[in-house]
Amino acid sequence: MKEGEQQRVPLRERAEWSDVTPLPQNDGPNPVVPIQYTEDFSQVMDYFRAVYLADERSPRALALTAEAVQFNSGNYTVCQVRIKCFRLHLFLFISSLLQVWHFRRLLLESLKVDLNAELDFVERMAAGNSKNYQMWHHRRWVAEKLGPEARKNELEFTKKILSVDAKHYHAWSHRQWVLQALGGWEDELNYCTELLKEDIFNNSAWNQRYFVITRSPFLGGLKAMRESEVLYTIEAIIAYPENESSWRYLRGLYKGETTSWVNDPQVSSVCLKILRTKSNYVFALSTILDLICFGYLPNEDFRDAIDALKTADMDKQNLDDNEKGEQQNLNIAQNICSILEQVDPIRTNYWIWRKSRLPLSA
Amino acid sequence: MSEESERETNPPPPPPCPTVSQREQWMVESQVFQIYQLFATIPRNAQTLMLELQRDNHMQYVSKGLRHLSSAFSVLDANRPWLCYWIFHSIALSGESVDDELEDNAIDFLNRCQDPNGGYAGGPGQMPHIATTYAAVNSLITLGGEKSLASINRDKLYGFLRRMKQPNGGFRMHDEGEIDVRACYTAISVASVLNILDDELIQNVGDYIISCQTYEGGIAGEPGSEAHGGYTFCGLATMILIGEVNHLDLPRLVDWVVFRQGKECGFQGRTNKLVDGCYSFWQGGAVALLQRLSSIINKQMEETSQIFAVSYVSEAKESLDGTSSHATCRGEHEGTSESSSSDFKNIAYKFINEWRAQEPLFHSIALQQYILLCAQEQEGGLRDKPGKRRDHYHTCYCLSGLSLCQYSWSKHPDSPPLPNLVLGPYSNLLEPIHPLFNVVLGRYREAHEFFFTES
Repeated sequence: MKEGEQQRVPLRERAEWSDVTPLPQNDGPNPVVPIQYTEDFSQVMDYFRAVYLADERSPRALALTAEAVQFNSGNYTVCQVRIKCFRLHLFLFISSLLQVWHFRRLLLESLKVDLNAELDFVERMAAGNSKNYQMWHHRRWVAEKLGPEARKNELEFTKKILSVDAKHYHAWSHRQWVLQALGGWEDELNYCTELLKEDIFNNSAWNQRYFVITRSPFLGGLKAMRESEVLYTIEAIIAYPENESSWRYLRGLYKGETTSWVNDPQVSSVCLKILRTKSNYVFALSTILDLICFGYLPNEDFRDAIDALKTADMDKQNLDDNEKGEQQNLNIAQNICSILEQVDPIRTNYWIWRKSRLPLSA
Repeated sequence: MSEESERETNPPPPPPCPTVSQREQWMVESQVFQIYQLFATIPRNAQTLMLELQRDNHMQYVSKGLRHLSSAFSVLDANRPWLCYWIFHSIALSGESVDDELEDNAIDFLNRCQDPNGGYAGGPGQMPHIATTYAAVNSLITLGGEKSLASINRDKLYGFLRRMKQPNGGFRMHDEGEIDVRACYTAISVASVLNILDDELIQNVGDYIISCQTYEGGIAGEPGSEAHGGYTFCGLATMILIGEVNHLDLPRLVDWVVFRQGKECGFQGRTNKLVDGCYSFWQGGAVALLQRLSSIINKQMEETSQIFAVSYVSEAKESLDGTSSHATCRGEHEGTSESSSSDFKNIAYKFINEWRAQEPLFHSIALQQYILLCAQEQEGGLRDKPGKRRDHYHTCYCLSGLSLCQYSWSKHPDSPPLPNLVLGPYSNLLEPIHPLFNVVLGRYREAHEFFFTES
């Protein structure tokens, strides 16, 4: 590979390209944001433009698109520039070599190329730069053409990338597409469990877990899975009560069935358990606040646990805990907001706003 | 019982090895807190200097890019309108503009990116793409003036957007391209600001975006994907622009967004991911938009609590009452949707003209602190986080987020904030923006006058 790089022959010196007149980009007389292309880059792109506009469906055109893509994978640049190139691809809207990838797909169809070889090509390009919308779109297109036979390869491909970057957004989106379009659900829940065992804070794995239990044709859906998933989640919450992912997942298990969420003693029970530890209880308090807003009536154990978290300043507010019914609920909710203002200062404005919007005060 | 009690008293110790997420998070926190501790120990006048926005250096940094970009930028060869936008918007936020020659050159260049069949490509002669179309249109609006605005071929652009639209409501980013929430936003945003938005473009967009709101409350790029700050801003802004924001679960969305601001004071993009300066706009922008939707949010909160209050009080009739309440709510939603959808052409304009004062839901002073102390490079340019390199993208979105912070308490979108709401010297004050488009407010108003009174 290294030897190949050193011996690369410029396109204009290759016999097979002698019949093509390279077409420079028409930037106009005074372009803004002018990029000082390297000679190699501009030469490749000039030849690409020529074959693209000629709509030349040929093996050499296909090889040319591969060469153009390689430039953006950092294969032909110094290490420092490669690092810089890599970082630039983290941006949300950026497409890379849009036209080259697009034309490559046209060529693949016209030339009836073995698409399994194309998967290998994409995998090699991903090694240097995997956060490129065009590459992932291209990968999806190729896999879609191959159909179910591509399933194993795609799951392995995404797994490899996720083993290096467990939260890779494109890889997860691609994996979800593969499952829905090509199948392979059988082991996916186990895969999520493994990833969460390695890193219980991996929110992408939690999201994938939710995706699986709600959409897998083998599991029966959210309602059927709720009981076992609640147990799994509560265990994760108790182990790391500061982990936002597990709390949001627990809430998600009751999506569309808020009454079940309010009435499930497992939910209120885990909140109480965390409150009594007197540490990392922001999410527990927030959850109880939401429960109360949806009609949950906290019992004396809860009131005691919440009182234990109040600071001396809050006691001076003389909030009356002895009133009954709705008023008592309102006081508890207000106390929770006041505590959260203190222990979660970055969100003081939010908790003040929540206090002003408590439903029972309407 | 005693065993359970004992377990509660002595919870099992966490495993000795922290996870990757924890290690990375603690490393970033360590870097950030080190900066904050240093800041806390220096004299007050030195603090003021540290909090100063290095406006001249930032302008020098971005302006240089208009005339020269190194070969490393070859990877952005298909995104040059984005470079234009990041640079021109940063300049406009600073209250400045480029000279006439550069302006003419930019208009000419973007015209060469404009496809004969509509839309803008990432470079001259390349394929049109909805994202670079958004970048080009926002650049031309930011440049301002009749020559710039008139250079946009709206009829052809409309045709391009129609060709990209999919039956499921989404848009393809380009011919045969990927479909996601970014495309919805860039398409609808451009159509809205240029006054070419119609029922055809709006059809089913709301359904697509609703399918992208996740169990967490935030919005993902595609149905089933993970909630993400960039897509949340795009999805929320789109729903506002098409008059269907009431169909999102807004209380859950608010809760998700406000929890993206961490103890480092900046915003992260996803749950348990690292802080990044660009989310000062993507997440800060989402919470700024939500701040202006308080009446709709209050209504949703009241409706849900009433439903379950009724359910609780009269549990025996839960099913019937629930059904009745839901039916009532749905009717009201439909009414709201109908009335507002027929008026979607004016939504963006009304959004800033019928501004309701409301205290910000996020910690705007803390976010300013992150931007000025952690994201700012003294020699010019802003960045993701300490230790990362500056770039035009982060410069643009950190400054946009800073502007949102400074005006987050304002009773009118462009009324100057009180000095205590601007962290650092008052000279840090930037121009206000239209939060739905991320265009400086004055330029938006000029464009609105051009595109809405002409026809």
